[in-house]
Amino acid sequence: MKKRNPLLTTLFWILISLLTLFPIYWLFVISVKPAVQLFSTPDILVSNPYWGNYVEVLGNRLIRSYMVNSLVISTGNAVLCTVLGFFTCYALSRFNLRAKESIFFWTITNRMAPPAVFLLPLFLLMTQVYRIGDFTLLDTRIGMILVYCTFNLPFAIWTLRPTIDAIPRELDEAAYVDGASPWKVITEIVFPLCRPGLAVTLILTWVFAWNEYLLAATLTNFDARTLTTGLSEYVTTTGTEWGIMATISVFTLIPALIVFGLVQKHIVAGLTFGAVKG
Amino acid sequence: MQSNKLGWILLAPTLVILFFFGVLPFLYVVFVSFHQWNPFAASPEMIFNGAENFRRIVFDSAFLNSLGVTVAFVIFAVLSELVIGYLLAQAFMREFPGKSIFRTIHTLPLIMAPIIVGSVWKLMTTPSIGIIPHYLDEWFGITMNIGTSAPAAFLTIVIMDIWHWTPLVTLTLIAALVSLPRDPFEQAQIDGANKAQTFWHITLPMITPALVATVFIRLMDALRTVDEVWMLTGGGPGSSTRFLGVHIFKEVFPKTNYGYGSTISVIVLYLTIVVCWLLYVSMLAPRKNRKG
Repeated sequence: MKKRNPLLTTLFWILISLLTLFPIYWLFVISVKPAVQLFSTPDILVSNPYWGNYVEVLGNRLIRSYMVNSLVISTGNAVLCTVLGFFTCYALSRFNLRAKESIFFWTITNRMAPPAVFLLPLFLLMTQVYRIGDFTLLDTRIGMILVYCTFNLPFAIWTLRPTIDAIPRELDEAAYVDGASPWKVITEIVFPLCRPGLAVTLILTWVFAWNEYLLAATLTNFDARTLTTGLSEYVTTTGTEWGIMATISVFTLIPALIVFGLVQKHIVAGLTFGAVKG
Repeated sequence: MQSNKLGWILLAPTLVILFFFGVLPFLYVVFVSFHQWNPFAASPEMIFNGAENFRRIVFDSAFLNSLGVTVAFVIFAVLSELVIGYLLAQAFMREFPGKSIFRTIHTLPLIMAPIIVGSVWKLMTTPSIGIIPHYLDEWFGITMNIGTSAPAAFLTIVIMDIWHWTPLVTLTLIAALVSLPRDPFEQAQIDGANKAQTFWHITLPMITPALVATVFIRLMDALRTVDEVWMLTGGGPGSSTRFLGVHIFKEVFPKTNYGYGSTISVIVLYLTIVVCWLLYVSMLAPRKNRKG
């Protein structure tokens, strides 16, 4: 293999990174500009940042509660989807179930639905059908966690399936011969081997849930309102408060960054993966 | 081998959740698609009109136009994302200084919500206040106006989509590439295979399942995209970026044409399933034959 010039490699990655970062940087630039400056000539660098938007957003109690809702909903949903997706893939991969390939394909069709018209049936089901006494799923965190499964669970199943299929069955079978229970095989043998796939699935389902807008805007009013719907409150008929919107957007990035940072190293852990198979 | 009962127990929660939140709403939409209905009107009754909605859709030029625009968008965006995403994933497979930092930076667009992405790109590209048209004009003398030029608006959305979603492809492909066994590659090197041969005969067949999964996710998300486009162009100028997701949204909300909107959704869902099924069968079948 040719030896590459390390300087060129670094330059290449710096260029790619600048392209990637620019829109995010621009978001930050907008968030530190007072409204009047937004419509003047755009400058790439900010000379004297204005922190008024940050003061306003941080002082807003509602936005803090939206933040908590978003965190609870997306974490709950990501964990639920990753675990259920893992179980589903294990069942589809290791058992001779009837119509299992059809079931596999059917799961993904749930993600294909154009969202706009599904808002109303979900609203009706959640207010009138899925209820116990006075408790309805509408505007609850658990309700949103379940609704987000419609697009995240198929995603988890489809990203995990190749990973689990790639793990040799001989490993499970050897463990069964040694007298391990199915639960032990699943949690102690297959699960650790899937770590890179699980990490990717967890990150991405979390992000999809964190960023969802249309469903959250319709199916929550107050108690379970998420950060993305909080954004839309600044788009009004008299004009959009871009500065505040950008500031909230910056805040939505921070938790996502932390989650990414935490889970990313597990993707790298997969690099030793090939050795296990030996 | 364990009994199949355990398999069904593991599947059950998924099936139950998807039935209650996926299948039941879908059945409702199918039911509504045979009606004329405006739930927001003073007299919100459903009027059964048989297959009238379905007859109408075949001759509906707005729908057909939207379908064409969507297909063009999906082809441009998803193909570019696949190629760029794969090349970057391969580039991340080797060691270089600062790799983990660059990988983290590369995945950042993913964590931005579609409506935020739409807003930022709107602010960057709106004529007179956006930085991109400003410098295109100042440095190259190019006028870019996404408010009036259909190609500019379309291209901006394609670039925005590539910027936003290539990291997803890169990430899933990295996960697939790191879990490949090493032996076939070592064997190929011993046998003197060149890079192209190694790619076509070893890498590609082995990552096909992950690739299919990724193509599917991107394909179906691109087909139903609403938030980003809504924020950036609102479907305009004219109907040049009025993708199916946006088209249905406009039919249902501003026009409150719920029955007909449901019909379009059912048709779009049906077309998506058929396309995905064909892709799935054609991409996976040769591989299975080879195995057998």
